[in-house]
Amino acid sequence: MARIIVVTSGKGGVGKTTTSASISTGLAKRGHKTVVIDFDVGLRNLDLIMNCERRVVYDFVNVIQGEATLNQALIRDKRVDTLYILPASQTREKEALTKEGVEKVINELSERFDYIVCDSPAGIEHGALMALYYADEAVVVTNPEVSSVRDSDRILGILQSKSRRAEMGQDPVKEHLLLTRYNPDRVNRGEMLSVADVEEILAIPLLGVIPESQIVLNASNQGLPVILEEDSDAGQAYEDAVARLLGEEREHRFMSSQKKGFFSRMFKGG
Amino acid sequence: MSFFDYFKSKKDNRTASVAKERLQIIVAHERGQREQPDYLPALQKELLEVIRKYVQISDDMVQVEVDRNDSCSVLELNVTLPEK
Repeated sequence: MARIIVVTSGKGGVGKTTTSASISTGLAKRGHKTVVIDFDVGLRNLDLIMNCERRVVYDFVNVIQGEATLNQALIRDKRVDTLYILPASQTREKEALTKEGVEKVINELSERFDYIVCDSPAGIEHGALMALYYADEAVVVTNPEVSSVRDSDRILGILQSKSRRAEMGQDPVKEHLLLTRYNPDRVNRGEMLSVADVEEILAIPLLGVIPESQIVLNASNQGLPVILEEDSDAGQAYEDAVARLLGEEREHRFMSSQKKGFFSRMFKGG
Repeated sequence: MSFFDYFKSKKDNRTASVAKERLQIIVAHERGQREQPDYLPALQKELLEVIRKYVQISDDMVQVEVDRNDSCSVLELNVTLPEK
């Protein structure tokens, strides 16, 4: 049986797809058989972030509707050989994802993989509900900013009431907070909500903090999951998050700004 | 920050505390609504029927809410009676 992890947020543009790409790549790099599913029907982008956009032939909806087999639709990652991508359909309606159809595909994947990572679309509509419905765990991606935090709280409420685990009265979906686009300098200046602030408001355990970094855009430009930028702070922060997801203890890093000396502050800028 | 900016009096940009305060209020409020018991709509409907035995009122003239405090919950019932 695979562990099903949904990457969700409510708000758009906070880093769900970036996170899905990195977490699935990180899990696979550690030898776990992993598949990452794009649930954003009509607006697929995971294929671009994972650099397999030109290899998409069949998609998730084709499999649900019996127009292709799972094997035909799954794309094997070129960098990590235990990683597969199931792309979203670019042309269908979101409603093509039925609860029964999604369940059938997830059950089939469950027999072959250790981890199923579900990349949720933004919002709280059908696509997002389908992405989280079968989840065992949820990575709630949040930016230190008011609208993102509020939407994250909303999605937590939905996880607690509308997931399969909630409906069946099973143990609740295990929730993890992943704070992205974190800028410790701005936090120090009192301009940005701190990790502690967001933890206090959302009251769920912290999986990791990804610092705001140029590397993230550079990586997505090239279709490279950030976690493979192993020398970068953001890449290492994702690596730590994956380790914690697997139950390892890792101290949090990149949460405070590098102390700058007097001269660098004077001449290089704050 | 350049050399001269360093000495300039800084405009107060410490808005994070404002954000935190606003979030705490709105999140608490929205959680309260989320946790409303699911029998409320039925309760409201039956209350309406009972009241209608005595006074003619429309659907939107009865409001039912549950306020939760640490120690107890208060069922708040607001009935607007028509003017005679």
